[in-house]
Amino acid sequence: MIFVNGEPRERAGATIAELLADLGVEDRARGVAVAVDGEVVPRAQWNERRVTEGERVEALSAMQGGAA
Amino acid sequence: MSAEQTEQQIPVTDTPFEVGGRTLRSRLILGTGGFKRLETLAEAIRATRAELVTIALRRIDPAARGSLTDVLEECGVELLPNTAGCFTARDAVVTAKLAREAFETDWVKLEVIGDDRTLLPDAPELLLAAEELVDDGFTVLPYTNDDPILARRLEDIGCAAVMPLGSPIGSGMGIRNPYNISLIVERANVPVILDAGVGTASDAALAMELGCDGVLCASAIARAHDPVAMAHAIRAAVEAGRLARGAGRIPRRLHAEASTPDEGLADLTPPVQ
Repeated sequence: MIFVNGEPRERAGATIAELLADLGVEDRARGVAVAVDGEVVPRAQWNERRVTEGERVEALSAMQGGAA
Repeated sequence: MSAEQTEQQIPVTDTPFEVGGRTLRSRLILGTGGFKRLETLAEAIRATRAELVTIALRRIDPAARGSLTDVLEECGVELLPNTAGCFTARDAVVTAKLAREAFETDWVKLEVIGDDRTLLPDAPELLLAAEELVDDGFTVLPYTNDDPILARRLEDIGCAAVMPLGSPIGSGMGIRNPYNISLIVERANVPVILDAGVGTASDAALAMELGCDGVLCASAIARAHDPVAMAHAIRAAVEAGRLARGAGRIPRRLHAEASTPDEGLADLTPPVQ
């Protein structure tokens, strides 16, 4: 079990790129960033970095925002 | 008279607005938050003539319709990612690094908020985050209190600008302490950009009259009854305030001072009967 944006998923062992595909995010999408357990995973590692049991993935994209 | 004609008739040359080594034509930075439709946002961007707009990072919503980044790219604006929603220096630093990955910019509008009720900056956390991000090569534009000492500390750390609030975010209460904004301007060697509190055009004009180098505005435009009309109004106000600051206002005085000379005043007294 891992967590993607707070949702539990049976996807331990998947790469970041595969998890992004689950969310409908195309490869190399602009305006997307990923953190695992609070640490940034650079884009260059998305194809190699596998998410292990219990890790929390945050997959983020651009959202309208002014302040706070 | 068209807008272009009016512009040509203003015989004023302004110094460029330089922030973090970049020269901006517009002194108005637009926050993209609060617009209900992307079409309205795009129209408002064109009306403000902003070159720099703020954006945030949030969890990917697979159901989201329309691409914000596509719209902003079509508008030809540069992105200024914010760290909105961060309550600790650590969260803000990680968010800035994520934004750098996502948007390929090392610019960040740094916000570290103290609580949900006031959304006021948490000064100690803000300083910690600013220091770490400057050390990491970011161009840091911190949202700060209207505190001249804190503004100085942020400048000393190496922030590219300081962005004091006029009043709390989204409050529309204008500039509650113009004296503090003046003190910040007087002392600053980096651009001062008024951030938060603008409710309508006159607030933006006042910020510029006080000597701010620019204004960041989101809610006042996005939540106006007619956002595009307000975008035009605030753009004009920023320009008017900038011109007035350069022109030099007259001193305030308690009593009247006639602008018409007394000399040569006609004697209109009727003859004594």
